[in-house]
Amino acid sequence: MQTAKNLGEYRSELREALSDDFLRKAMDNFAVAYRVSREKAFAGMDIEAVVQAIATAKDNAVARMDELYAEFKQKAEAAGATVHLAKTAGEANELVASIARKAGVKRVLKSKSMTAEETHLNHHLEAAGLEVTETDLGEFIIQLRGEGPTHMVMPAIHLSRYEVADLFADVTKKKQDSEIEKLVKVARRELRAKFNQAEMGVSGANFAISETGTLAVLTNEGNARLTATLPRVHVFMVGLDKLTPTVEDALTAIRGLPRNATGQAITSYVSWITGPAQCAAAPGGKKELHIILLDNGRSAIAKDPLFAQALRCVRCGACANVCPVYRMVGGHKYGHVYIGAIGLILTYFYHGRDKAKNLVQNCINCGACKAVCIAGIDLPRLIKEVYARIQDEEGHSLPNAMLGRVLQNRSLFHGLLRAAKLVQRPVTGGTPYLRHLPQFFARDHGFRALPAIAEKPFRDMWPALKPRVDAPKASVALFAGCVQDFVYPEQAVAMVKVLAAGGAAVEFPMGQSCCGLPVEMMGEKKAARDVAVQNIKALDPAVFDYIVCGCASCASHLKKAYPRLLADDPGLALTAQRFADKVIDFSSFVRDVLGMDAESFKNDAVQTAYHSPCHLCRGLGVTKPPRELIAMAGQYAPAAEEDVCCGFGGTYSSKFPEVSAEILAKKLSHVEAAGAARLVTDCPGCVMQLRGGMEKRGAGTVVRHIAEVLAENLKG
Amino acid sequence: MSSKNALADEFTAKAQAVSAFVSRVSSPEEALEKIMALCLERSACELLATGCELPLSGDAARLCDGKQQKVVAAPGLKKDLSKKLAKLCADLGVRYVTEGMREYVAGVDIGFTVADRAIAETGTMVFNSDSEELRLATMVSEIHAALVPVSRIVPTAMDMAPELRKTFSGAPNYTAFVTGASRTADIERVLTLGVHGPLELHIYLWEDK
Repeated sequence: MQTAKNLGEYRSELREALSDDFLRKAMDNFAVAYRVSREKAFAGMDIEAVVQAIATAKDNAVARMDELYAEFKQKAEAAGATVHLAKTAGEANELVASIARKAGVKRVLKSKSMTAEETHLNHHLEAAGLEVTETDLGEFIIQLRGEGPTHMVMPAIHLSRYEVADLFADVTKKKQDSEIEKLVKVARRELRAKFNQAEMGVSGANFAISETGTLAVLTNEGNARLTATLPRVHVFMVGLDKLTPTVEDALTAIRGLPRNATGQAITSYVSWITGPAQCAAAPGGKKELHIILLDNGRSAIAKDPLFAQALRCVRCGACANVCPVYRMVGGHKYGHVYIGAIGLILTYFYHGRDKAKNLVQNCINCGACKAVCIAGIDLPRLIKEVYARIQDEEGHSLPNAMLGRVLQNRSLFHGLLRAAKLVQRPVTGGTPYLRHLPQFFARDHGFRALPAIAEKPFRDMWPALKPRVDAPKASVALFAGCVQDFVYPEQAVAMVKVLAAGGAAVEFPMGQSCCGLPVEMMGEKKAARDVAVQNIKALDPAVFDYIVCGCASCASHLKKAYPRLLADDPGLALTAQRFADKVIDFSSFVRDVLGMDAESFKNDAVQTAYHSPCHLCRGLGVTKPPRELIAMAGQYAPAAEEDVCCGFGGTYSSKFPEVSAEILAKKLSHVEAAGAARLVTDCPGCVMQLRGGMEKRGAGTVVRHIAEVLAENLKG
Repeated sequence: MSSKNALADEFTAKAQAVSAFVSRVSSPEEALEKIMALCLERSACELLATGCELPLSGDAARLCDGKQQKVVAAPGLKKDLSKKLAKLCADLGVRYVTEGMREYVAGVDIGFTVADRAIAETGTMVFNSDSEELRLATMVSEIHAALVPVSRIVPTAMDMAPELRKTFSGAPNYTAFVTGASRTADIERVLTLGVHGPLELHIYLWEDK
């Protein structure tokens, strides 16, 4: 549970998590194993179709939330249950406590419910004098430790068998063996005794089917079955977002949920409960059954045109499983109650701005969560949107607002970059890196060498550089982006050389500025819109056949974000879409449009690893062209986890340098293990991170932009 | 191969993939014999319930004391089949239980039930569990054994949707999908069977008419 008061405090908590060796190893193994088992579980299935079906069904249900609630209540009550609507977390907790009071309950059993975690139900019931026992093994363990979960599906993933053995020794007052199988059996016996005693069960549910008033509960352990069977009273606590119209909708979601969560085709148990079941312990042999549907902001989110999609979430936990930041710091630091990407969003709505404001900044925007989400939620976008809202509510931080102002004025921005070049001279020591970083800066950023601003920006070189191409195949506007223009102009020079050799007529429109991604990441939406307008005007889609970009992040922002940013501007929406349609990344353009092939290049036979930039492979779905090009100009040496983020994330790496450094270290180790003498990527931001890291390591591996390698190996 | 056989094969493969033991029988009686054989051969009918040999707290150990006899529970069987199983149990000195399952929360050795449906795609069995006795027999048994008539297998869960809707509408209702044994990976992500429910699931596929 993340509760830091400010970013500084949050960062020191992160550092602490990063130094937890067991956690790091557990998370690493999990991240790798998860991908394999998920792939296996979906083998032969059309995942996109499953995602689409779930998203459509959930959207439909969310739009009809009020109506479904009324139907569910009517059906469930006709079957003999009592249905309650709780507006707030406090109301829900008090409902459970009063049900317990009226029924003379002393001991409560719980099977896992994220909704009850959300309301902190256990605290409330314990304060009311009730004994509460969690029965899911992981929840039982963390309850003994007085902690919250670190994963929605595997709540105790941060703990070792030894820690569990110690906890169980406390419970049994006997020494415990640390063998996992034995520990599980001890829990079986200890909890069986609890099952035998409790008068009330509390559980969550995965689906509340309105057409029949049925609750569906998925578990592997079978604890929910015992919890819902043995005690004489049962309370389901369910979010309004779990309402679903039909049995078919629930079955559709069940095709995706367990596969995406744990790589299982289905959980060991799916219980479908309609009305109070037979219960020998209850008066009259019929259980007292209550169903509390929790609002706690859900009905308001349902009406929000953007955030409604957050209610599609089926709580599979996959967005955490693939998140490179979660992998480094674990769930206690990557969520409040809800964990992972969806946690960054829901925390704001369910637990408030204070709990969300630091957390929400800890997104590296790599898009891995969006790519794995079984409900197709655009998680990175919602995270950015939450951050923007928090800033609108609390006031924009000075650095963010300043950057926004500067970027809105291109000549001011470029003027500052030129000035920075003069200021840096004393610290470069004649190298292309900043050598003597000021102390306050050096401490956190020492993990990589930072590049110096180039002597001459690309835009100043352009007039002398512009190639003449006779009978061109296509007319191209080059979008360089800030990093290529001012830090690595040699990459843009190389791009121009390759493009010309391939037969493209290249222009470099001088009115172009920063793409605007950094300010959008900082929640400065207005500035992001303003620079988009500048760029669309500078690179007029009516003039050029293609807008080619050698920066994966810029390219995906130009292509995916511009139409969205300008959608509500009737004068620009169409132009923004035409602009976006013409944007293409450098590798795809060279390979697929210009059709350059092995005949176009010499092969220098250098062992070459590839880093697949997040915004290229997931942002634009481009995976083949760069790898094919590498194999044409050198020897492609596949490395592990090529498509996992390098840790740069633009402003992320300066905001959370300690996390960035660890993500980078993993990446570089994989490259070294691949035996590569050269590491190639197609994003100058990634080059900055990777090259800086290699330089610090003193490793011999050179880091190049793909255009540089291609330009050097051009034939003729 | 008939489509019925193809479904049975798919069901078998998927159930085995989640560590269920699947065998074919030519009659329900053969399944009963196999259960009793299981009781003997694999010494499944132990005096102690799983975990009772480990260091436990007072409450948990006391509950273990409640299980002092070999027990086979089979609530919900048709009369003639129940009679046959009762006789087999009596011959082997095993207690046969068809009701009062709450007395056996500590555990029974084998719970035997007949599946109402089975789903080939996931190796799942479907039990109408309105009866608390039947529900508990599938939960507190160390080994859950189930008879699946091949004619009751459907290709996917979705094929059952209309039937499920009808079942749920005759409320109250408790329907259970069971796929493999009870499992957890909550300690160090190590897959462990039998955390709360059965440690083993044995399925007898009966090629009925």
